[in-house]
Amino acid sequence: MSWLEAIFTSLTSPLFYKLTILSALPLVFAAIGGVFTEKTGVVNIALEGIMKMGAFTSVAFTYITGNIWIGLLSGIISGIILAGLHAYVSIEWSANQIVSATAIIILAQGLVGFLMVPVFGQEGQSDFVSKIPNVKIDFIRDIPFIGEIFGNISLFFYIAVVVIIASWILIYKTPLGLRMRSVGENPKAADTLGVNVKGVRYFGVIMSGVLASLGGIYIALGDLGQFQEEMPAGKGFIALAAMILGNWNPIGAMWAALLFGASEAMNIQLQTLLELPSEAKALLNLLPFVLTLIVVGGFVGKTRPPAASGESYEKE
Amino acid sequence: MATNTKNNKWMPFLVPVLAVLFSLVIAAIIILLIGENPISAYIEMLKGAIGSQLSWADNITKMTSLLLTGLAVGFGFRAGVFNIGAEGQMAVGGIMAVFVGINMGNVPAVIAIPLTMTAGIIGGALWASIAGFLKAKTGAHEVISTIMLNWVAYHLSNYLVAGPLAVGQGVPKSPEISESAQLPPLITVQASTVPSGIIVAIVAAIIVYIILQKTTIGYELKAVGYNPYAAEYGGISISKNIVLTMAISGGLAGLAGAVEVMGVYHRIFGAFTGDRGFDGITIALIGQNNPIGIIFSAFLISSLRAGSNSMQSIGIPDDIVTIIQGIIILFVAADRIIKTLIVKVQKKNKPSLEGGEDK
Repeated sequence: MSWLEAIFTSLTSPLFYKLTILSALPLVFAAIGGVFTEKTGVVNIALEGIMKMGAFTSVAFTYITGNIWIGLLSGIISGIILAGLHAYVSIEWSANQIVSATAIIILAQGLVGFLMVPVFGQEGQSDFVSKIPNVKIDFIRDIPFIGEIFGNISLFFYIAVVVIIASWILIYKTPLGLRMRSVGENPKAADTLGVNVKGVRYFGVIMSGVLASLGGIYIALGDLGQFQEEMPAGKGFIALAAMILGNWNPIGAMWAALLFGASEAMNIQLQTLLELPSEAKALLNLLPFVLTLIVVGGFVGKTRPPAASGESYEKE
Repeated sequence: MATNTKNNKWMPFLVPVLAVLFSLVIAAIIILLIGENPISAYIEMLKGAIGSQLSWADNITKMTSLLLTGLAVGFGFRAGVFNIGAEGQMAVGGIMAVFVGINMGNVPAVIAIPLTMTAGIIGGALWASIAGFLKAKTGAHEVISTIMLNWVAYHLSNYLVAGPLAVGQGVPKSPEISESAQLPPLITVQASTVPSGIIVAIVAAIIVYIILQKTTIGYELKAVGYNPYAAEYGGISISKNIVLTMAISGGLAGLAGAVEVMGVYHRIFGAFTGDRGFDGITIALIGQNNPIGIIFSAFLISSLRAGSNSMQSIGIPDDIVTIIQGIIILFVAADRIIKTLIVKVQKKNKPSLEGGEDK
């Protein structure tokens, strides 16, 4: 099969669109997490580490207790703890947020590597555990084409839809959202008007922990039913790019995540359709990262971050 | 007042030293939690790091590339750039060194060695310049772009050892570089050797120190790092300096890759950088981004790395070192925690003196 034929075949198959959505899911969660924290003025580039920790913890607790819901909840709690640590040193101690987040990434990597053998008895990856189930809806399944995409899809798809809509409403249509945006744009003015700057910032960072860990949990417990040490393989950083491309808006982040998801889906499809030698696969694997680089290089400056993003704030 | 000035003078040393101590204590608690004895773990670590001639050889070999990646990251920090991409720049440096090194044939070592090394430096410098250029032209944050470049370098290196450069069976790897391009051993201890790369690395540290302290370029770079707006007002071009900083920083990381190839493996295989680019971040932060400080912190981290291998033999995963590094970086990022502690302790000892450092 030629390259063009393969690209055409995948573009006309429902599988490509399903893979696009599924590949976009972890990015959607993490990117909206990034929106939450940066809207309140705290940069959190540790999404990658939080995703890894969430993925690991969810599978570890599912493995130990045999209950996926305990696994899911534990994964989210691990995300809250890591994000909470970042929030604490950033908000209370005016730590350099980029350096602190780097510490969180390295800490997560160390903790996960350290605990692999004690928890799973082996390095590299865990045993398979049960997955978070798919949602099958019969009347959707009967629709041609569309049914093949949405008829039998991960529960996380529906969670993502709720997260996208709810976070848009929260940020743009509620008093809390207004406070978040004002704290992120001008903390001093917000403080003068009686907004609890620290509290709002804690909320934003913790939300990024919840959402980024959900992204990690989807990769491990939602998609594969297994934890692998290299997870999430750069997706936390691609999510940051999606946040930027999406102009710090949940809906925009979703579209950006779908774009990155499509490049991932195309990569998967081409690797299956074309009989490629392993070195060519390695080359295809670098495409999503090149795309991210182009997006970050091409769109930064055209979209605008919250004005006080990355700056610590202290009462005078 | 006398105590206060003394206090400020010692702060740059006290903060990283206490950060390291605190993180060792926290790691000890984690070791206790998995049911092992932290004291015997740390004794084993010391043995593995400096307990025998062989462990010294291993330690110094590890220190070589770590010193260079630490310098790379530290140099960036001084000029206000967070180069988190030393990992990828080291990989590209290694790749370039292999491309040149395998073609050196009978070229005498006096020419082959500097040529191969320069190829590594140029490779790392160009790779980092992509991120520098993007930051200068469009404002793309170097953290995201250098991380993406890390992944691209990683997959590129996998591609090369599986495809165009592949030789032999088993682990995908490149051919060995010519003998004339290999760094001669400095000392040979039993079966293992200390490559002379360590001298290259220390010379690099001294050169970076001189650039930063004694040259106009260094002054401009530091000015941009300290306050970009003031620097620009003073007639210094920020864009030019960002690209230059990234190039020098990446060149140092590229040199780390070249020295590793020329002194240790004599070839590349996939992922041969082994997180040393990331270790460079910890090293730079502990060394307070000072080239001379970085020599000591590189030795500290190489000791932890060398020692962790022996710790693994008594059942403690070597990832404990990564945890320790994470905690150190967290304390250095939030250095006010430690500074506040120091001031509190001082106040307790001398209640009459008010510390000016308070919160």
